[in-house]
Amino acid sequence: MEKRLFQAWTSARVAMGRTGGSLPCRERLRFLVDHARARDAVHAVFDPPGLAVELEGHGLPVMYAPSRAADRQVYLQRPDWGRQLGEGARERLEGARGDYDLVVVVADGLSAEATHRQAPPLLEALFPLLRGWELGPLVISSQARVALEDEIGEALGARAVLMLLGERPGLGSPDSLGAYLVQGPRRGNSDAQRNCVSNIRPAGLPVEAAAQRIAWLLGEARRLGFSGVDLKDESGAGGGLDFDPCPDPGRLC
Amino acid sequence: MRWSTKIAGRRYGFGDLKSLLAKATPHRSGDVLAGLAAESAEERVAAQCLLADVPMRHFLEECLVPYEEDEVTRLIMDRHDVGAFAAVADLSVGEFRDWLLAYETDGEVLAALAAGLTPEMVAAVSKLMANQDLILVASKCRVVTRFRSTMGLPGRLSVRLQPNHPADDLRGIAASILDGLLLGCGDAVIGINPATDQVSTTCAMLEMMDGLIARYEIPTQSCVLAHVTTQLRAMEQGAPVDLVFQSIAGSEAAQASFGIDLALLGEAREAALSLKRGTLGNEVMYFETGQGSALSAGAHHGVDQQTMEARAYAVAREFSPLLVNTVVGFIGPEYLYDGKQIVRAGLEDHFCGKLLGLPMGCDVCHTNHAEADQDDMDTLLTLLGVAGCHYIMGVPGADDIMLGYQSSSFHDAHYLRQVLGKRPTPEFESWLEAQGITMPGGRLASSTRALAEAPAWLGLGSGVATGGGEQ
Repeated sequence: MEKRLFQAWTSARVAMGRTGGSLPCRERLRFLVDHARARDAVHAVFDPPGLAVELEGHGLPVMYAPSRAADRQVYLQRPDWGRQLGEGARERLEGARGDYDLVVVVADGLSAEATHRQAPPLLEALFPLLRGWELGPLVISSQARVALEDEIGEALGARAVLMLLGERPGLGSPDSLGAYLVQGPRRGNSDAQRNCVSNIRPAGLPVEAAAQRIAWLLGEARRLGFSGVDLKDESGAGGGLDFDPCPDPGRLC
Repeated sequence: MRWSTKIAGRRYGFGDLKSLLAKATPHRSGDVLAGLAAESAEERVAAQCLLADVPMRHFLEECLVPYEEDEVTRLIMDRHDVGAFAAVADLSVGEFRDWLLAYETDGEVLAALAAGLTPEMVAAVSKLMANQDLILVASKCRVVTRFRSTMGLPGRLSVRLQPNHPADDLRGIAASILDGLLLGCGDAVIGINPATDQVSTTCAMLEMMDGLIARYEIPTQSCVLAHVTTQLRAMEQGAPVDLVFQSIAGSEAAQASFGIDLALLGEAREAALSLKRGTLGNEVMYFETGQGSALSAGAHHGVDQQTMEARAYAVAREFSPLLVNTVVGFIGPEYLYDGKQIVRAGLEDHFCGKLLGLPMGCDVCHTNHAEADQDDMDTLLTLLGVAGCHYIMGVPGADDIMLGYQSSSFHDAHYLRQVLGKRPTPEFESWLEAQGITMPGGRLASSTRALAEAPAWLGLGSGVATGGGEQ
């Protein structure tokens, strides 16, 4: 009775039963499954060449620009390196400078699984909403933190950058993608200058609704000439909680 | 002042007290990130050897964060009790460690000393202590606090019931609260982290918890962990606030990044005191801390993260809190990389807080991108139980679905009480037995009609709950 009553109202792990005072085996195993999925998501291998093949149908040149963090261990301990371009990447991007309204960056963040699953369908839904925009090359970046979008945008000369990257995996959400846009990318921008659409995944904010919201924010940022806390999301594209602006940059980025 | 020493022919020098403290700190990722950590194991132990010889008095002469620039430093220095300090004034840091471990240094002696210690002294000595030293000394400390229950008595272990919900759904929250109560948890506080920091949400949560506590005469207190300014506004609107919560940190600049200062905390405490809602005592503040928060705000002043954490305890101490807890693994692997670092930090924080006279609890927790799992949490949980930690978190299944991290569960609390023979607060223990939730001896009753009408009353449905049964 208690089980049905409680579980109807929350996805928290309530009314799990007990053996003595301890967790029954089936619940322990259920927890282990969820934790294993989240852990695997953090350490999942990111596949930039595979992603490049998947994304080339959009007709944009695809470039690869890794961060300064060489591997996962370094990435997890040096968030500052995840916000800087790796050796040679800046020069390569500067070689492709142009007059761009927007550059889209697709990166692993804390869940490569999220990026591989959600980024291609999200871009599929988003690009048709950006007709008339002068788009720069699609940039794929690895071991990247959110603020890397500033250096990438700066190097390419873009007026705005949209970065899609895997969010910190939760126990029930190993494949959640975040989208962070900044108008006027410049190194040293603070997170208060970004807008964020979070929790993009089938069980959270579906890609179609996310694309609507992102397109609206991009359009408003371009019209106003700024992004961030003073740009409030009034897109009305529902499907999730209100995640705008970036709710807790320290935790997500 | 400059310190230097030689180990096996190699000379190590340290330019000032804060660099000596940082280099003497057991290895952790946050100090590496800040560029403060020792560069080799030998350099670390050289710093520890030198630190052992630093006179305790020196901490009153050299401020790590300038007095003129920082109100936390001013608080520490201005409140220092020279009389209480006299007991250890002539010792070095190393001698102080040995003194703490002596048989004669008991709970009474430590309680009398607390006001004579600064956070920097306490952090310094912790850097010379093994994990077992941190546990032993903390276990000798006695700190008792009261609101509607009595916390910190020997042989007791309390639980903060943490019933968060990602959409702040009151019925979802109520379901988690009832689940926790039926598993014997909630004697420290029923404390909700709201997903959105709004006065209206905060008030609705407070009303719901106040109603439940009053209806079933539960000897506990409630709290909504919104920003302190939000709680002040809720109080202005007449909301039933038991405890005022706030995250605090070890420098004025770090506190500013949280949108607070000492004056604001004082104002909030006065407002909560004026409501006179405590029955056994009037300790009305609840603080949370955690190593790394000052660095993440760029407000660490070149001081290592563990010392900055201890400085936050000076802030807490000023406002006589009912509860303080260090949220030890929440911040992520860039500050505490793995289970080993989280365990060490949890023991350090608990020790430092207790020695400074605080009612310390710990959110034994980790995130999925840290190199840690529930086995590491079990280890820290058990060690803290042995160390006499006042309370731990009780989250359904250890999985906080709002904050997205793993903490300790109602079941974990029951494990710890079972294995160490610990009991809830005396008031809550009597209530649990009177309700038929637990039996004398602490076992959960095999079936109970306790709180049977509560689900319907809280809007969860018309059924009658029958709790307590085994699977």
